[in-house]
Order: sequence, then structure tokens, then C-alpha cells
Amino acid sequence: MTAMPAPATMTSPNRRIGDKVAVGLLGMSVVLIIAILVVILGNVAFHGIGAVTWEFITKPPRDGLMAGGIMPAIVGTAALVILMSIAAVPLGVATAIYLHEYTPAEGLSLAWKRFRVSKGRPGRRRLFFRAMSALLATITRSAVANLAGVPSIVFGLFGLGFFIQFIGRSIDRATQPPGEVLWGQGSLLWAACTLALLTLPTVIVATEEALRTVPQDLREASLALGATQWETIRRVVLPGSLSGIMTGAILGISRGAGEVAPILFTGAAYYLPFLPGDVTDQFMHLGYHVLILSTQSPDVEATKPLLYGTVFVLLALTFLLNLAGVIIRSRTRSRAR
Amino acid sequence: MTTMEFVTSTASMTQPRTAEIPAKPAKIEVRNFNFYYGESKVLHGIDLDIPEKQVTALIGPSGCGKSTFLRSINRMNDIIAGARAEGLIAIGQQDVYAPHVDVVALRRRVGMVFQKSNPFPKSIYENIAYGLRIGGTKDRRVLDETVERSLRRAALWDEVKDRLNASALALSGGQQQRLCIARALAVDPEVLLMDEPASALDPIATQKIEELVYELKNNYTIVIVTHNMQQAARVSDRTAFFMLGKLVEYDDTRTIFMTPRQKLTEDYITGRFG
Repeated sequence: MTAMPAPATMTSPNRRIGDKVAVGLLGMSVVLIIAILVVILGNVAFHGIGAVTWEFITKPPRDGLMAGGIMPAIVGTAALVILMSIAAVPLGVATAIYLHEYTPAEGLSLAWKRFRVSKGRPGRRRLFFRAMSALLATITRSAVANLAGVPSIVFGLFGLGFFIQFIGRSIDRATQPPGEVLWGQGSLLWAACTLALLTLPTVIVATEEALRTVPQDLREASLALGATQWETIRRVVLPGSLSGIMTGAILGISRGAGEVAPILFTGAAYYLPFLPGDVTDQFMHLGYHVLILSTQSPDVEATKPLLYGTVFVLLALTFLLNLAGVIIRSRTRSRAR
Repeated sequence: MTTMEFVTSTASMTQPRTAEIPAKPAKIEVRNFNFYYGESKVLHGIDLDIPEKQVTALIGPSGCGKSTFLRSINRMNDIIAGARAEGLIAIGQQDVYAPHVDVVALRRRVGMVFQKSNPFPKSIYENIAYGLRIGGTKDRRVLDETVERSLRRAALWDEVKDRLNASALALSGGQQQRLCIARALAVDPEVLLMDEPASALDPIATQKIEELVYELKNNYTIVIVTHNMQQAARVSDRTAFFMLGKLVEYDDTRTIFMTPRQKLTEDYITGRFG
């Protein structure tokens, strides 16, 4: 073969090698992530699936947690997650709607500047309220951002101090005979409230993100037809962002479902032979049960299958929750088309 | 002083360039109207009378304020931060910027069609029924009738009557724009504002929109912003030429295009700039 002179426009070998290296590195990181996931999930599934029997799922623990099942922990976790969702999702979505749809889009500094230069013009009061609303939004947004950065154990301590000792005890003093304690102790209710605080930032941020995806055109179309702002939100903005809101809510919930630290002091029980029947009852929890089995067992080797089984069930439930999220999202999406 | 008296007293202040009395009574009266975005003044002392049941075209180079003016009529600019209006716009002798004016009710009287068609991601039927539903209409028969009537008026009925429950997003661009017109007509407005309604459409769809505009003026007062000179000449009865936030000339469309008084107008319509 005769050597042909390379055209001047041909890519230099160095650039081509650089391209290959980049693809290789990016691909390797993907492989690494998948490998880690497979090792963790595979290990849990391999050791755990044998422990999951009908008895394991439907019976409470016995013999000092050395045998039996985890049914109370499954029920407790489910009850906790449901209560937490009831508390966190409506509040988070409402906050996000207010922040995104009602507070001034131009931000605090501009809104304040417009108020300052408006001296002597009509409508100054309106500009003042606008600036105040922008201030409120700025405060709320930074509060949400800071909330998201707080370690979960701090939420647990806050829940103990605020919900149980302050609110719970106050309710007891007002409603219970002296010396009786009903609300002022760890319970499903207070644990759910504490977890809801932890989940709120995720829900708020995800909802705001979802609202941002609704085109401004559609809001204008609705307003131009004589819809009020709330009608526009309810009939156009919310339907258009529902799938995004749901995805965010479920992500937040499934994160909250696996957290142990916030419920340590606020209601999770070491061992309960019965199921919680009221929001003031204590409850068992899968995550907490994993912690107990791995640190408090008199015979670590004998408890291992139970431990693996519990972790397996916890992961399976989280996976199911995420799957539900994906299904709901694709359903609402196809309905919108 | 009531709005009524105000309007009649200002009518005598009409400036020479608008002295020619329109053939039909004015539906929209604009007197010394100024508009600001923040500190910048984008409309300077606009005076004009828009006649009832005719088509008035607003033309001018990009950024001349014609769209801002259009959106001032139904107060869509209210939702823009820092926007501020001064002066008078009266529709049917009612000042739309007076305190305590119900903006929601105003927008039901003054429909709007946007540059980019913006149907809701709902069915064709629900798009048209939207305005009635928010007005509280639940009667299925009334809804059905209104949907059919509006689609017929927008010359879309024959194309979609068999698939009213299909998504509006499945329609072509031109059909979507006619759907938006039908949606605006469904709440029975008195005035229809159109912001370059055909600028994103192909020639055939454009022609359909123009025929529609021509047809609709029998029942509605129409104000249309357009970049297209021929379109203004074809569809409108009156034409207003805007430049740099000022109304340069306003007259019968024929006069504007055949014998404009201002040199600037002539230069623009003959394509010397813009």
C-alpha cells in the first residue's frame, strides 16, 4: 500500500486518543457503579432470600430476637411511611406552589429596588407587599436549603425535644389526669412528624422543579381566558406537573422510609409483640430492627440469617416504592398526552 | 367625574392625525397612554380610537411596542414584574385601568390569541370548554353546543368533529392556532386581540387564519399585531404604525398603504427599513 499524505483537515492522532480515553474513563465509572450495586444487592439477596419464609413475614420475633419473624417491623414501617407522607407531601407541595407561583419571580433585590424608586407613584403599597413577599420567599428557600443539610440524628433530637417534650407534654397537661402520659412519649405520630421534617426539603425542591417545567405560555393562555390565578394553578399548572411532583414525593418518601436516626428517640421500639393500634403507640421499624439485630444480639452468628432477611425485606420494600413511583409517573404522563 | 364624562370630554382633545372619524363608533378608546417596564418607558402618549366590529392592524418594526400595547388592552402585562401603565384605555367606555376593575372579568370580555399556539395538553373538547368550565358551566348540553359553535366559527369543526376527545397536541400547527381562536371565542368576548397569530404558520395555514379574521369581524372587534405588511393590507380596515414606542400614523388601511402622510410610514411599508 502506498502511503497517502494525510489531508490537512484530518483529526490528529492525539485528539483521537484523547477521545478514546475519555469514553473509556466514563464507561469504567458506569461499570464500577453497576459492580458496587450488584455486589451489595447480590450479597443481600444471596444470604437473605433463604431467610424470607412465610413465618418470617407474618410472625413477630421470639426467643429474644433469635428466631421468629419481623411482621411488626414491616407493619410499623408501613404505618410510619404512610403517616409521614400525609404530613410531608401536602405541606411540601403547598409550600412549593406558593414559592413558585405566588412570590415575585424577579427576586428580592430587584423587587426591593423597584419599591425604593417608586416614591410618589400610585401602586407603591403593592410594590411594598411584593418586596416583602420576595423577602419571605428568600427566607423560606434558604431555610429549606439548610434543612436539607442537617444531619438526620439532629432531626431525631429535635423531634424528641420539640414534638415529644414540648408539644406532647403540653397536650398531656391540658387533657390528661396529672401524672398520666399519653402524648408526651415516643410514638408513631411524633416519629412520623420528625421524618416528615426530614422529607420536606426533598418534596419542596422537587415540586418547584416540576412546576418550572410547565410552560409560561399555558399560564398566559389560561389567564387570558379569564381564569383566576388559583384556577390556572389547579386546572393547568398542577395537572401539567403532577408526574414530576409525584416522582419527587416518592423519592423523598423512600429516602425517609430507610432513615433510622430520626426515629431512634421518637418512637421506634426495640421489641413489641403487638402491632401499633393508635398513633400514640410505639412501633417496630425495619431499619431500627437491623440496627438492633446487628448490635444487640447475644449470638451474632445465629442472628445473621435474620439480619440478612430483614435487610432484604427493607430493600425490597424500598424498591417496590420506587417502582410504584415509576409506574404512577408513566401513567400520568400518558394520560396527559 | 365618571368614566363616561371623562371619555366624552377627552374625545374633543383628539389630535389632528386621528381627526378622521372612523366609520363605526369606537369600541376601544386610548388617550395619552404610557407604559413602563421598570424605569424604561416603552409606550409614549398613545392616542387612538379602535372602531367596533372592524379589524385594526398594528404594524411596526420589532421592539416598537405594538405587542406591549396589545397586551395592555386586556392587562396581560400586569403579570410582568415592574410593568406600569399611565393614561386611559377604555373599552365600551369603561376604563380598564381604573382602580377596582375586575381584571378576571375584563379578560373574559377581551379574548387573546398568542403568537405561538398554546393549546392546553388536554382534549380538543376540553380546550374549548375550559373558559366555560372555569365560569362554572357544568351543563353538558351547553358545553356541547358552545364547543361546536366555537369550532365552527373558527372554521375547524369539519376537521375535528370526529375526534373531539383526541389530544389537542395531535393537531397541526395551523389547526392548533385555530383551536386557540375557538377557545378564545367560546367565552363570547367582545374584543379579540391577536398577537402575530400567523407568524409561525405556513402560507396555507396563514391564509386560513386571514380568512377567519375577515369573517370574525362581523361579530367581534379585532386588533391584530402583524409583521407582515401584505397581511395587514389584506385583513385590516384600519392600520396603526408604531415606531420606538410612539404611534406614528393611524388611518384607514387603504390610506396608510396608498398615501401615507408621514415619510416614516412610507419608508417602512415600502421596506426601506424594518
